[in-house]
Amino acid sequence: MASVRSHESIELMTYSEVVEVSGYVGNFKAKIRKKPRYVDEDKCTGCGVCQEKCPYKADSEFDVGLGSRKAIFTPFPQAVPNVPVIDPDHCAYFLRNKCRACEKFCEAGAIDFEQTEKFVEVDVGSIIITTGFDSFDPSPIVQYGYGIYDNVYTGLQFERMSNASGPTGGKLQLRDGSQPKSVAILHCVGSRDINYHEYCSRVCCMYSLKFSHIIREKIPDAEIYQFYIDLRCFGKGYEEFYNRIQREGVNFIRGRAAEVTDLAETLEEEGKLIVLCEDTLIGRQRRIPVDMVVLSSALEPRADVMETARMFSLSRTADGFFLERHPKMDPVATMTDGIFIAGCCQGPKDIPDTVAQASAAAARVLSMISKGEVEIEAATSVVDEELCSGCKICIELCPYTAISFDEEKKIASINEALCKGCGTCAAACPSGAITSKHFTTQQMMAQIEGVLV
Amino acid sequence: MSFEPKIVGFFCNWCSYAAADLAGTSRKKYAPNVRVIRIMCSGRVDERLISKAFTMGADGVLVCGCLPGDCHYVKGNLSARRRITGLRPFFDAIGIGGDRLRLEWISASDGPKVAETVNSFTERIKQLGPSPFNRRQDEH
Repeated sequence: MASVRSHESIELMTYSEVVEVSGYVGNFKAKIRKKPRYVDEDKCTGCGVCQEKCPYKADSEFDVGLGSRKAIFTPFPQAVPNVPVIDPDHCAYFLRNKCRACEKFCEAGAIDFEQTEKFVEVDVGSIIITTGFDSFDPSPIVQYGYGIYDNVYTGLQFERMSNASGPTGGKLQLRDGSQPKSVAILHCVGSRDINYHEYCSRVCCMYSLKFSHIIREKIPDAEIYQFYIDLRCFGKGYEEFYNRIQREGVNFIRGRAAEVTDLAETLEEEGKLIVLCEDTLIGRQRRIPVDMVVLSSALEPRADVMETARMFSLSRTADGFFLERHPKMDPVATMTDGIFIAGCCQGPKDIPDTVAQASAAAARVLSMISKGEVEIEAATSVVDEELCSGCKICIELCPYTAISFDEEKKIASINEALCKGCGTCAAACPSGAITSKHFTTQQMMAQIEGVLV
Repeated sequence: MSFEPKIVGFFCNWCSYAAADLAGTSRKKYAPNVRVIRIMCSGRVDERLISKAFTMGADGVLVCGCLPGDCHYVKGNLSARRRITGLRPFFDAIGIGGDRLRLEWISASDGPKVAETVNSFTERIKQLGPSPFNRRQDEH
Protein backbone atom coordinates (compact mmCIF):
# COMPACT_ATOMS: atom_id res chain seq x y z
CA MET A 1 0.00 0.00 0.00
CA ALA A 2 2.73 2.42 0.97
CA SER A 3 4.56 1.89 -2.32
CA VAL A 4 1.31 2.30 -4.24
CA ARG A 5 0.75 5.60 -2.53
CA SER A 6 4.23 6.87 -3.29
CA HIS A 7 4.09 5.76 -6.94
CA GLU A 8 4.11 8.78 -9.22
CA SER A 9 1.48 7.47 -11.66
CA ILE A 10 -0.95 6.21 -9.05
CA GLU A 11 -3.35 8.44 -7.21
CA LEU A 12 -4.62 6.68 -4.14
CA MET A 13 -7.95 7.90 -2.77
CA THR A 14 -8.70 6.47 0.64
CA TYR A 15 -11.85 7.09 2.66
CA SER A 16 -13.65 7.79 -0.62
CA GLU A 17 -16.31 6.03 -2.59
CA VAL A 18 -17.59 6.04 -6.14
CA VAL A 19 -21.13 7.36 -6.29
CA GLU A 20 -21.80 7.52 -10.00
CA VAL A 21 -20.32 6.04 -13.16
CA SER A 22 -21.20 6.90 -16.71
CA GLY A 23 -19.60 6.45 -20.12
CA TYR A 24 -18.08 3.43 -21.77
CA VAL A 25 -14.76 1.69 -22.27
CA GLY A 26 -12.01 4.25 -22.73
CA ASN A 27 -14.29 7.09 -21.66
CA PHE A 28 -15.66 6.41 -18.21
CA LYS A 29 -16.54 9.29 -15.94
CA ALA A 30 -16.57 8.47 -12.26
CA LYS A 31 -17.93 10.73 -9.57
CA ILE A 32 -16.16 10.10 -6.28
CA ARG A 33 -17.20 11.22 -2.81
CA LYS A 34 -14.31 12.04 -0.52
CA LYS A 35 -15.57 11.71 3.00
CA PRO A 36 -14.35 14.25 5.53
CA ARG A 37 -11.65 12.93 7.85
CA TYR A 38 -11.54 16.17 9.88
CA VAL A 39 -7.76 15.89 9.68
CA ASP A 40 -5.73 17.73 7.05
CA GLU A 41 -3.78 15.04 5.18
CA ASP A 42 -1.10 17.47 4.03
CA LYS A 43 -0.37 18.87 7.50
CA CYS A 44 -0.64 15.67 9.58
CA THR A 45 2.70 14.08 10.42
CA GLY A 46 1.16 10.88 11.80
CA CYS A 47 2.74 11.37 15.24
CA GLY A 48 -0.29 9.88 16.97
CA VAL A 49 -0.47 12.32 19.89
CA CYS A 50 -4.13 13.05 19.13
CA GLN A 51 -4.99 9.38 19.62
CA GLU A 52 -3.21 9.36 22.97
CA LYS A 53 -4.98 12.47 24.22
CA CYS A 54 -8.48 11.72 22.96
CA PRO A 55 -10.59 10.86 26.03
CA TYR A 56 -13.37 8.99 24.23
CA LYS A 57 -13.38 5.33 23.28
CA ALA A 58 -15.36 3.10 20.97
CA ASP A 59 -15.24 -0.56 19.95
CA SER A 60 -12.53 -1.16 17.38
CA GLU A 61 -13.93 -2.37 14.05
CA PHE A 62 -10.54 -3.78 13.11
CA ASP A 63 -10.37 -5.86 16.30
CA VAL A 64 -13.94 -7.10 15.70
CA GLY A 65 -15.15 -5.88 19.08
CA LEU A 66 -12.29 -7.40 21.10
CA GLY A 67 -10.47 -4.13 21.64
CA SER A 68 -11.22 -0.45 21.66
CA ARG A 69 -10.06 2.56 19.75
CA LYS A 70 -10.33 6.30 20.34
CA ALA A 71 -12.80 8.66 18.69
CA ILE A 72 -9.85 9.86 16.59
CA PHE A 73 -8.01 6.85 15.24
CA THR A 74 -6.12 5.14 12.46
CA PRO A 75 -8.09 2.03 11.54
CA PHE A 76 -5.09 -0.29 11.87
CA PRO A 77 -1.34 0.10 12.44
CA GLN A 78 -0.23 -0.22 8.82
CA ALA A 79 -3.03 1.98 7.42
CA VAL A 80 -2.07 4.05 4.41
CA PRO A 81 -1.97 7.02 4.61
CA ASN A 82 -0.90 7.16 8.24
CA VAL A 83 -3.42 9.89 8.97
CA PRO A 84 -6.09 9.47 11.65
CA VAL A 85 -9.78 10.06 11.11
CA ILE A 86 -12.36 11.45 13.50
CA ASP A 87 -15.46 9.33 14.04
CA PRO A 88 -18.33 11.87 14.38
CA ASP A 89 -20.55 9.25 16.06
CA HIS A 90 -18.23 9.08 19.07
CA CYS A 91 -16.40 12.43 19.09
CA ALA A 92 -17.56 14.73 21.90
CA TYR A 93 -17.15 17.80 19.71
CA PHE A 94 -19.66 16.48 17.18
CA LEU A 95 -22.00 15.12 19.84
CA ARG A 96 -21.90 17.87 22.49
CA ASN A 97 -19.85 20.64 20.90
CA LYS A 98 -16.96 20.50 23.39
CA CYS A 99 -13.57 18.84 24.11
CA ARG A 100 -11.37 19.57 21.02
CA ALA A 101 -8.49 17.94 22.90
CA CYS A 102 -6.94 16.64 19.71
CA GLU A 103 -6.88 20.13 18.24
CA LYS A 104 -5.09 21.51 21.31
CA PHE A 105 -2.37 18.87 21.29
CA CYS A 106 -1.81 18.68 17.53
CA GLU A 107 1.49 20.43 16.91
CA ALA A 108 1.02 20.46 13.18
CA GLY A 109 -2.40 22.11 13.45
CA ALA A 110 -3.85 19.45 11.21
CA ILE A 111 -7.24 19.05 12.93
CA ASP A 112 -9.96 20.72 10.90
CA PHE A 113 -13.51 20.32 12.21
CA GLU A 114 -14.85 22.39 9.32
CA GLN A 115 -14.13 19.78 6.62
CA THR A 116 -17.09 18.70 4.53
CA GLU A 117 -17.45 15.95 1.97
CA LYS A 118 -16.04 16.75 -1.43
CA PHE A 119 -16.99 15.40 -4.82
CA VAL A 120 -14.45 14.90 -7.56
CA GLU A 121 -14.98 13.75 -11.10
CA VAL A 122 -12.32 11.75 -12.85
CA ASP A 123 -12.02 10.50 -16.41
CA VAL A 124 -10.84 6.91 -16.59
CA GLY A 125 -10.39 4.40 -19.38
CA SER A 126 -11.09 1.22 -17.46
CA ILE A 127 -12.23 0.16 -14.03
CA ILE A 128 -11.11 -2.73 -11.82
CA ILE A 129 -13.51 -3.66 -9.05
CA THR A 130 -11.95 -5.27 -5.98
CA THR A 131 -14.56 -4.69 -3.29
CA GLY A 132 -13.81 -7.92 -1.45
CA PHE A 133 -16.11 -9.77 0.91
CA ASP A 134 -17.87 -9.56 4.24
CA SER A 135 -17.33 -12.11 6.95
CA PHE A 136 -20.49 -14.07 7.69
CA ASP A 137 -22.03 -13.16 11.05
CA PRO A 138 -22.68 -16.52 12.75
CA SER A 139 -25.19 -15.21 15.32
CA PRO A 140 -28.23 -16.41 13.27
CA ILE A 141 -26.94 -19.97 13.80
CA VAL A 142 -28.15 -19.95 17.40
CA GLN A 143 -27.09 -23.53 18.11
CA TYR A 144 -23.44 -22.47 17.89
CA GLY A 145 -24.00 -19.86 20.58
CA TYR A 146 -22.07 -16.98 19.03
CA GLY A 147 -23.08 -13.89 20.97
CA ILE A 148 -24.64 -16.08 23.67
CA TYR A 149 -21.59 -17.78 25.18
CA ASP A 150 -18.59 -15.57 25.94
CA ASN A 151 -15.95 -17.93 24.66
CA VAL A 152 -17.33 -18.56 21.20
CA TYR A 153 -15.26 -16.54 18.74
CA THR A 154 -15.27 -16.07 15.00
CA GLY A 155 -12.18 -16.87 12.98
CA LEU A 156 -11.48 -13.18 12.48
CA GLN A 157 -11.66 -12.50 16.22
CA PHE A 158 -9.25 -15.35 16.89
CA GLU A 159 -6.96 -13.98 14.20
CA ARG A 160 -6.88 -10.59 15.94
CA MET A 161 -6.28 -12.26 19.30
CA SER A 162 -3.33 -14.22 17.97
CA ASN A 163 -1.78 -11.12 16.41
CA ALA A 164 1.14 -9.63 18.33
CA SER A 165 -0.20 -6.09 17.80
CA GLY A 166 -3.76 -7.19 18.53
CA PRO A 167 -5.98 -6.40 21.53
CA THR A 168 -4.36 -9.07 23.75
CA GLY A 169 -0.84 -8.57 22.45
CA GLY A 170 -0.86 -12.01 20.90
CA LYS A 171 -1.94 -13.83 24.06
CA LEU A 172 -4.63 -16.45 23.54
CA GLN A 173 -7.09 -15.97 26.36
CA LEU A 174 -10.68 -16.49 27.38
CA ARG A 175 -12.92 -13.57 28.28
CA ASP A 176 -11.89 -13.86 31.95
CA GLY A 177 -8.22 -13.57 31.01
CA SER A 178 -7.29 -17.21 31.66
CA GLN A 179 -5.57 -19.46 29.16
CA PRO A 180 -7.70 -22.02 27.30
CA LYS A 181 -6.65 -25.63 27.80
CA SER A 182 -8.78 -26.98 24.98
CA VAL A 183 -10.07 -25.38 21.79
CA ALA A 184 -12.66 -26.57 19.26
CA ILE A 185 -12.52 -25.23 15.72
CA LEU A 186 -15.78 -25.62 13.79
CA HIS A 187 -15.48 -25.64 10.00
CA CYS A 188 -18.03 -24.56 7.37
CA VAL A 189 -20.01 -22.15 9.55
CA GLY A 190 -22.46 -20.59 7.12
CA SER A 191 -20.90 -22.19 4.08
CA ARG A 192 -21.74 -25.54 2.46
CA ASP A 193 -25.06 -25.17 4.24
CA ILE A 194 -28.33 -24.88 2.32
CA ASN A 195 -29.75 -22.65 5.07
CA TYR A 196 -27.08 -19.97 4.59
CA HIS A 197 -24.59 -20.23 1.73
CA GLU A 198 -24.40 -23.28 -0.45
CA TYR A 199 -20.92 -22.57 -1.78
CA CYS A 200 -17.60 -23.51 -0.21
CA SER A 201 -15.72 -20.49 1.13
CA ARG A 202 -12.42 -22.08 0.13
CA VAL A 203 -10.14 -20.40 2.67
CA CYS A 204 -11.58 -21.67 5.98
CA CYS A 205 -9.95 -25.13 5.94
CA MET A 206 -6.52 -23.62 5.61
CA TYR A 207 -6.95 -20.86 8.16
CA SER A 208 -8.47 -23.35 10.60
CA LEU A 209 -5.36 -25.51 10.20
CA LYS A 210 -3.25 -22.41 10.72
CA PHE A 211 -5.14 -21.65 13.91
CA SER A 212 -4.36 -25.08 15.33
CA HIS A 213 -0.71 -24.50 14.49
CA ILE A 214 -0.77 -21.15 16.31
CA ILE A 215 -2.52 -22.68 19.33
CA ARG A 216 0.02 -25.54 19.43
CA GLU A 217 2.83 -22.99 19.30
CA LYS A 218 1.46 -20.72 22.02
CA ILE A 219 -0.08 -23.34 24.32
CA PRO A 220 1.92 -26.56 23.71
CA ASP A 221 -0.23 -28.80 25.92
CA ALA A 222 -3.63 -27.64 24.60
CA GLU A 223 -6.15 -30.13 23.26
CA ILE A 224 -7.24 -29.02 19.79
CA TYR A 225 -10.29 -30.37 17.96
CA GLN A 226 -11.19 -29.71 14.34
CA PHE A 227 -14.80 -30.49 13.32
CA TYR A 228 -14.83 -30.77 9.56
CA ILE A 229 -16.97 -32.11 6.72
CA ASP A 230 -14.10 -32.49 4.26
CA LEU A 231 -10.69 -30.92 4.45
CA ARG A 232 -10.12 -29.13 1.20
CA CYS A 233 -6.39 -28.53 1.08
CA PHE A 234 -6.21 -27.88 -2.63
CA GLY A 235 -3.34 -25.45 -3.12
CA LYS A 236 0.39 -25.68 -3.50
CA GLY A 237 1.93 -26.93 -0.29
CA TYR A 238 -1.45 -27.12 1.45
CA GLU A 239 -1.66 -30.89 1.73
CA GLU A 240 1.84 -30.93 3.22
CA PHE A 241 0.74 -28.36 5.77
CA TYR A 242 -2.27 -30.53 6.64
CA ASN A 243 0.03 -33.51 7.21
CA ARG A 244 2.26 -31.40 9.41
CA ILE A 245 -0.73 -30.31 11.54
CA GLN A 246 -1.75 -33.95 11.89
CA ARG A 247 1.75 -34.77 13.14
CA GLU A 248 1.46 -31.94 15.66
CA GLY A 249 -1.26 -33.91 17.41
CA VAL A 250 -4.50 -32.20 16.50
CA ASN A 251 -7.75 -34.18 16.83
CA PHE A 252 -9.63 -34.26 13.55
CA ILE A 253 -13.28 -35.20 13.92
CA ARG A 254 -15.21 -35.75 10.71
CA GLY A 255 -18.69 -34.43 11.28
CA ARG A 256 -20.36 -31.06 11.30
CA ALA A 257 -20.82 -29.92 14.89
CA ALA A 258 -24.49 -29.97 15.83
CA GLU A 259 -24.50 -27.70 18.83
CA VAL A 260 -22.41 -25.81 21.32
CA THR A 261 -23.92 -25.83 24.79
CA ASP A 262 -22.99 -25.09 28.40
CA LEU A 263 -25.38 -27.66 29.88
CA ALA A 264 -23.03 -30.07 31.64
CA GLU A 265 -23.96 -33.71 32.08
CA THR A 266 -20.88 -34.86 33.94
CA LEU A 267 -18.53 -33.30 36.47
CA GLU A 268 -15.70 -32.78 33.98
CA GLU A 269 -18.03 -30.86 31.65
CA GLU A 270 -18.84 -28.38 34.43
CA GLY A 271 -17.99 -24.78 33.45
CA LYS A 272 -17.01 -25.71 29.93
CA LEU A 273 -18.55 -25.40 26.51
CA ILE A 274 -19.61 -28.78 25.16
CA VAL A 275 -19.52 -29.41 21.43
CA LEU A 276 -22.07 -32.01 20.32
CA CYS A 277 -21.41 -33.84 17.11
CA GLU A 278 -21.68 -37.09 15.29
CA ASP A 279 -18.24 -38.51 14.58
CA THR A 280 -18.99 -40.08 11.21
CA LEU A 281 -15.75 -42.03 11.13
CA ILE A 282 -16.64 -44.07 14.21
CA GLY A 283 -20.40 -43.68 13.76
CA ARG A 284 -21.08 -42.39 17.23
CA GLN A 285 -22.50 -39.27 18.91
CA ARG A 286 -19.89 -37.43 20.93
CA ARG A 287 -19.81 -34.68 23.54
CA ILE A 288 -16.53 -32.85 23.69
CA PRO A 289 -15.94 -30.33 26.49
CA VAL A 290 -13.67 -27.42 25.54
CA ASP A 291 -12.75 -23.99 26.90
CA MET A 292 -12.91 -22.08 23.66
CA VAL A 293 -14.84 -22.47 20.41
CA VAL A 294 -13.69 -20.85 17.15
CA LEU A 295 -16.18 -20.64 14.30
CA SER A 296 -14.65 -20.64 10.80
CA SER A 297 -17.31 -18.40 9.32
CA ALA A 298 -18.05 -18.11 5.64
CA LEU A 299 -17.04 -15.42 3.19
CA GLU A 300 -20.08 -13.68 1.79
CA PRO A 301 -20.71 -10.85 -0.71
CA ARG A 302 -20.47 -7.31 0.62
CA ALA A 303 -23.64 -5.92 2.19
CA ASP A 304 -23.83 -3.20 -0.48
CA VAL A 305 -23.12 -5.52 -3.41
CA MET A 306 -26.48 -4.69 -5.01
CA GLU A 307 -25.72 -0.98 -5.25
CA THR A 308 -22.23 -1.66 -6.61
CA ALA A 309 -23.67 -4.02 -9.23
CA ARG A 310 -26.22 -1.44 -10.28
CA MET A 311 -23.71 1.37 -10.43
CA PHE A 312 -21.32 -0.51 -12.70
CA SER A 313 -24.01 -2.52 -14.59
CA LEU A 314 -22.59 -5.82 -13.34
CA SER A 315 -24.44 -9.09 -13.14
CA ARG A 316 -24.25 -11.39 -10.15
CA THR A 317 -24.29 -15.15 -9.80
CA ALA A 318 -26.92 -16.90 -7.71
CA ASP A 319 -24.61 -16.76 -4.67
CA GLY A 320 -24.43 -12.96 -4.89
CA PHE A 321 -20.85 -12.50 -6.09
CA PHE A 322 -20.11 -10.59 -9.29
CA LEU A 323 -20.42 -12.57 -12.49
CA GLU A 324 -17.36 -12.88 -14.70
CA ARG A 325 -17.66 -12.89 -18.47
CA HIS A 326 -16.92 -16.59 -18.72
CA PRO A 327 -16.23 -18.94 -15.80
CA LYS A 328 -13.29 -20.61 -17.57
CA MET A 329 -12.18 -18.56 -20.55
CA ASP A 330 -12.55 -15.08 -19.09
CA PRO A 331 -12.69 -15.01 -15.28
CA VAL A 332 -11.39 -11.44 -15.00
CA ALA A 333 -13.56 -9.39 -17.36
CA THR A 334 -17.23 -8.57 -16.86
CA MET A 335 -20.02 -8.23 -19.37
CA THR A 336 -19.33 -4.49 -19.48
CA ASP A 337 -16.25 -3.76 -21.57
CA GLY A 338 -13.54 -1.96 -19.67
CA ILE A 339 -14.72 -3.14 -16.25
CA PHE A 340 -12.76 -5.93 -14.62
CA ILE A 341 -13.13 -7.76 -11.33
CA ALA A 342 -10.55 -9.34 -9.07
CA GLY A 343 -10.47 -11.00 -5.70
CA CYS A 344 -13.27 -12.11 -3.42
CA CYS A 345 -15.89 -9.85 -5.00
CA GLN A 346 -15.94 -12.43 -7.81
CA GLY A 347 -16.09 -15.41 -5.45
CA PRO A 348 -14.28 -16.69 -2.37
CA LYS A 349 -10.58 -17.22 -2.97
CA ASP A 350 -7.30 -17.26 -1.13
CA ILE A 351 -4.39 -14.86 -1.37
CA PRO A 352 -2.41 -16.50 -4.23
CA ASP A 353 -5.53 -16.71 -6.38
CA THR A 354 -6.44 -13.13 -5.59
CA VAL A 355 -2.97 -11.90 -6.48
CA ALA A 356 -3.08 -13.87 -9.73
CA GLN A 357 -6.48 -12.52 -10.68
CA ALA A 358 -5.59 -8.96 -9.74
CA SER A 359 -2.37 -9.13 -11.77
CA ALA A 360 -4.38 -10.46 -14.70
CA ALA A 361 -6.86 -7.61 -14.40
CA ALA A 362 -4.03 -5.07 -14.30
CA ALA A 363 -2.40 -6.70 -17.33
CA ARG A 364 -5.67 -6.59 -19.26
CA VAL A 365 -6.04 -2.90 -18.54
CA LEU A 366 -2.42 -2.20 -19.50
CA SER A 367 -2.79 -4.08 -22.76
CA MET A 368 -5.81 -1.97 -23.60
CA ILE A 369 -3.91 1.20 -22.78
CA SER A 370 -0.84 0.26 -24.82
CA LYS A 371 -2.97 -0.76 -27.80
CA GLY A 372 -4.63 2.64 -27.82
CA GLU A 373 -7.87 1.42 -29.35
CA VAL A 374 -10.53 -1.12 -28.40
CA GLU A 375 -12.29 -3.79 -30.39
CA ILE A 376 -16.03 -3.72 -29.97
CA GLU A 377 -18.78 -6.25 -30.37
CA ALA A 378 -19.85 -6.74 -33.99
CA ALA A 379 -23.39 -7.77 -33.09
CA THR A 380 -24.77 -4.37 -32.16
CA SER A 381 -28.06 -2.69 -32.94
CA VAL A 382 -28.48 0.07 -35.51
CA VAL A 383 -31.26 2.59 -36.00
CA ASP A 384 -32.77 3.20 -39.43
CA GLU A 385 -33.01 6.98 -39.42
CA GLU A 386 -35.80 6.97 -42.02
CA LEU A 387 -38.06 4.70 -39.97
CA CYS A 388 -37.42 5.97 -36.42
CA SER A 389 -40.34 7.98 -35.14
CA GLY A 390 -38.53 9.20 -32.05
CA CYS A 391 -40.90 7.59 -29.55
CA LYS A 392 -38.02 6.94 -27.06
CA ILE A 393 -39.34 3.49 -26.00
CA CYS A 394 -35.95 1.92 -26.70
CA ILE A 395 -34.11 4.47 -24.56
CA GLU A 396 -35.96 3.35 -21.43
CA LEU A 397 -35.35 -0.32 -22.20
CA CYS A 398 -31.62 -0.33 -22.90
CA PRO A 399 -29.81 -1.86 -19.91
CA TYR A 400 -26.52 -0.25 -20.94
CA THR A 401 -27.86 3.26 -21.58
CA ALA A 402 -26.36 2.91 -25.05
CA ILE A 403 -29.27 4.68 -26.73
CA SER A 404 -29.59 8.42 -26.61
CA PHE A 405 -32.01 10.81 -28.23
CA ASP A 406 -30.68 13.01 -30.98
CA GLU A 407 -32.47 16.29 -30.24
CA GLU A 408 -31.61 17.73 -33.61
CA LYS A 409 -32.87 14.90 -35.81
CA LYS A 410 -35.53 13.85 -33.25
CA ILE A 411 -34.51 10.19 -33.51
CA ALA A 412 -32.79 7.62 -31.33
CA SER A 413 -29.11 6.95 -31.86
CA ILE A 414 -27.13 3.98 -30.60
CA ASN A 415 -23.62 4.25 -29.25
CA GLU A 416 -21.89 1.20 -30.69
CA ALA A 417 -19.21 1.21 -28.03
CA LEU A 418 -21.83 0.74 -25.32
CA CYS A 419 -24.21 -1.61 -27.13
CA LYS A 420 -23.80 -5.29 -26.28
CA GLY A 421 -26.28 -6.50 -28.89
CA CYS A 422 -28.95 -8.06 -26.69
CA GLY A 423 -31.63 -6.92 -29.14
CA THR A 424 -34.21 -5.86 -26.55
CA CYS A 425 -34.58 -2.53 -28.36
CA ALA A 426 -35.03 -4.21 -31.73
CA ALA A 427 -37.85 -6.28 -30.31
CA ALA A 428 -39.52 -3.32 -28.68
CA CYS A 429 -39.30 -0.80 -31.55
CA PRO A 430 -42.89 -0.21 -32.73
CA SER A 431 -41.72 1.14 -36.10
CA GLY A 432 -39.28 -1.69 -36.72
CA ALA A 433 -36.56 0.90 -37.10
CA ILE A 434 -33.96 -0.92 -35.02
CA THR A 435 -32.11 -3.88 -36.45
CA SER A 436 -29.86 -6.01 -34.30
CA LYS A 437 -26.99 -7.10 -36.52
CA HIS A 438 -26.63 -10.86 -37.02
CA PHE A 439 -30.06 -11.31 -35.47
CA THR A 440 -32.15 -9.28 -37.90
CA THR A 441 -35.86 -9.92 -38.14
CA GLN A 442 -35.34 -11.39 -41.61
CA GLN A 443 -32.72 -13.81 -40.35
CA MET A 444 -34.90 -14.85 -37.43
CA MET A 445 -37.92 -15.33 -39.69
CA ALA A 446 -35.88 -17.48 -42.04
CA GLN A 447 -34.75 -19.58 -39.10
CA ILE A 448 -38.33 -20.07 -37.92
CA GLU A 449 -39.34 -21.14 -41.43
CA GLY A 450 -36.36 -23.42 -41.52
CA VAL A 451 -37.18 -25.26 -38.30
CA LEU A 452 -40.88 -25.63 -39.11
CA VAL A 453 -40.69 -26.99 -42.62
CA MET B 1 -50.46 -41.88 -35.88
CA SER B 2 -50.07 -40.06 -32.60
CA PHE B 3 -49.75 -36.31 -32.60
CA GLU B 4 -46.16 -35.08 -32.43
CA PRO B 5 -46.22 -31.34 -31.85
CA LYS B 6 -43.79 -28.94 -33.46
CA ILE B 7 -42.49 -26.48 -30.96
CA VAL B 8 -40.21 -23.52 -31.59
CA GLY B 9 -37.84 -22.71 -28.74
CA PHE B 10 -36.15 -19.34 -28.40
CA PHE B 11 -33.20 -19.90 -26.08
CA CYS B 12 -31.00 -17.07 -24.90
CA ASN B 13 -27.33 -17.47 -25.70
CA TRP B 14 -25.98 -17.11 -22.17
CA CYS B 15 -28.19 -19.19 -19.89
CA SER B 16 -30.77 -21.41 -21.57
CA TYR B 17 -28.72 -22.22 -24.67
CA ALA B 18 -25.72 -23.02 -22.50
CA ALA B 19 -28.00 -25.12 -20.29
CA ALA B 20 -29.27 -26.98 -23.35
CA ASP B 21 -25.64 -27.62 -24.29
CA LEU B 22 -25.02 -28.90 -20.80
CA ALA B 23 -28.11 -31.11 -20.97
CA GLY B 24 -26.58 -32.58 -24.11
CA THR B 25 -23.13 -33.15 -22.70
CA SER B 26 -24.59 -34.65 -19.52
CA ARG B 27 -26.63 -37.02 -21.72
CA LYS B 28 -30.08 -35.98 -20.59
CA LYS B 29 -32.92 -37.40 -22.63
CA TYR B 30 -35.80 -35.19 -23.58
CA ALA B 31 -38.56 -34.89 -26.17
CA PRO B 32 -37.29 -34.09 -29.68
CA ASN B 33 -40.23 -31.80 -30.43
CA VAL B 34 -38.59 -28.48 -29.55
CA ARG B 35 -36.51 -26.92 -32.32
CA VAL B 36 -34.21 -24.42 -30.75
CA ILE B 37 -33.34 -21.03 -32.19
CA ARG B 38 -30.49 -19.22 -30.50
CA ILE B 39 -30.97 -15.57 -29.67
CA MET B 40 -28.66 -13.31 -27.72
CA CYS B 41 -31.27 -12.44 -25.10
CA SER B 42 -34.84 -13.47 -24.38
CA GLY B 43 -35.59 -9.75 -24.63
CA ARG B 44 -35.03 -10.04 -28.40
CA VAL B 45 -38.19 -12.13 -28.82
CA ASP B 46 -41.07 -10.00 -30.00
CA GLU B 47 -44.66 -10.51 -31.14
CA ARG B 48 -43.58 -10.72 -34.80
CA LEU B 49 -41.34 -13.71 -34.20
CA ILE B 50 -43.91 -15.53 -32.08
CA SER B 51 -46.75 -14.85 -34.53
CA LYS B 52 -44.53 -15.95 -37.37
CA ALA B 53 -43.84 -19.24 -35.61
CA PHE B 54 -47.55 -19.87 -35.07
CA THR B 55 -48.51 -18.94 -38.63
CA MET B 56 -45.79 -21.19 -39.97
CA GLY B 57 -47.38 -24.08 -38.14
CA ALA B 58 -45.82 -24.27 -34.72
CA ASP B 59 -47.99 -25.89 -32.07
CA GLY B 60 -46.20 -24.12 -29.26
CA VAL B 61 -43.55 -21.52 -28.61
CA LEU B 62 -41.13 -21.84 -25.70
CA VAL B 63 -39.06 -18.83 -24.70
CA CYS B 64 -36.25 -19.44 -22.25
CA GLY B 65 -34.15 -16.80 -20.53
CA CYS B 66 -31.85 -16.33 -17.58
CA LEU B 67 -33.14 -16.20 -14.04
CA PRO B 68 -34.18 -12.73 -12.90
CA GLY B 69 -31.10 -10.90 -11.67
CA ASP B 70 -28.89 -13.26 -13.65
CA CYS B 71 -29.45 -11.81 -17.13
CA HIS B 72 -26.24 -11.08 -19.01
CA TYR B 73 -27.88 -7.95 -20.31
CA VAL B 74 -28.98 -6.94 -16.80
CA LYS B 75 -32.75 -6.86 -17.43
CA GLY B 76 -33.55 -8.15 -20.94
CA ASN B 77 -35.32 -11.16 -19.47
CA LEU B 78 -37.64 -8.86 -17.54
CA SER B 79 -38.62 -7.15 -20.82
CA ALA B 80 -39.35 -10.63 -22.19
CA ARG B 81 -41.52 -11.41 -19.22
CA ARG B 82 -43.59 -8.24 -19.63
CA ARG B 83 -43.96 -8.86 -23.35
CA ILE B 84 -45.02 -12.48 -22.99
CA THR B 85 -47.42 -11.77 -20.16
CA GLY B 86 -49.00 -9.17 -22.42
CA LEU B 87 -49.09 -11.44 -25.47
CA ARG B 88 -50.80 -14.38 -23.83
CA PRO B 89 -54.30 -12.79 -23.68
CA PHE B 90 -53.80 -11.78 -27.32
CA PHE B 91 -53.19 -15.35 -28.43
CA ASP B 92 -56.17 -16.42 -26.32
CA ALA B 93 -58.32 -13.86 -28.08
CA ILE B 94 -57.36 -14.86 -31.60
CA GLY B 95 -58.02 -18.50 -30.84
CA ILE B 96 -54.51 -19.93 -30.74
CA GLY B 97 -54.50 -20.14 -26.96
CA GLY B 98 -52.15 -18.40 -24.55
CA ASP B 99 -51.16 -21.77 -23.10
CA ARG B 100 -49.22 -22.51 -26.26
CA LEU B 101 -46.77 -19.78 -25.33
CA ARG B 102 -44.52 -20.40 -22.37
CA LEU B 103 -41.67 -18.48 -20.75
CA GLU B 104 -39.20 -20.26 -18.50
CA TRP B 105 -36.10 -19.20 -16.62
CA ILE B 106 -33.22 -21.65 -16.92
CA SER B 107 -29.79 -20.90 -15.54
CA ALA B 108 -26.65 -21.91 -17.43
CA SER B 109 -25.79 -24.57 -14.88
CA ASP B 110 -29.23 -26.17 -14.92
CA GLY B 111 -29.12 -28.79 -17.67
CA PRO B 112 -31.76 -31.04 -16.06
CA LYS B 113 -34.25 -28.16 -16.10
CA VAL B 114 -34.03 -27.97 -19.90
CA ALA B 115 -35.08 -31.59 -20.14
CA GLU B 116 -37.80 -31.08 -17.56
CA THR B 117 -39.17 -27.94 -19.24
CA VAL B 118 -39.10 -29.40 -22.74
CA ASN B 119 -40.81 -32.58 -21.58
CA SER B 120 -43.53 -30.89 -19.60
CA PHE B 121 -44.26 -28.34 -22.34
CA THR B 122 -44.40 -31.04 -25.02
CA GLU B 123 -46.79 -32.98 -22.80
CA ARG B 124 -48.97 -29.89 -22.37
CA ILE B 125 -49.09 -29.22 -26.12
CA LYS B 126 -49.99 -32.84 -26.73
CA GLN B 127 -52.94 -32.37 -24.39
CA LEU B 128 -53.98 -29.20 -26.22
CA GLY B 129 -53.75 -30.90 -29.60
CA PRO B 130 -52.58 -29.36 -32.86
CA SER B 131 -52.66 -25.61 -33.19
CA PRO B 132 -55.78 -24.20 -34.94
CA PHE B 133 -53.62 -23.28 -37.93
CA ASN B 134 -52.63 -26.89 -38.44
CA ARG B 135 -56.13 -28.21 -37.85
CA ARG B 136 -57.51 -26.15 -40.69
CA GLN B 137 -54.87 -27.56 -43.02
CA ASP B 138 -55.89 -31.10 -42.07
CA GLU B 139 -59.57 -30.45 -42.81
CA HIS B 140 -58.91 -29.31 -46.38
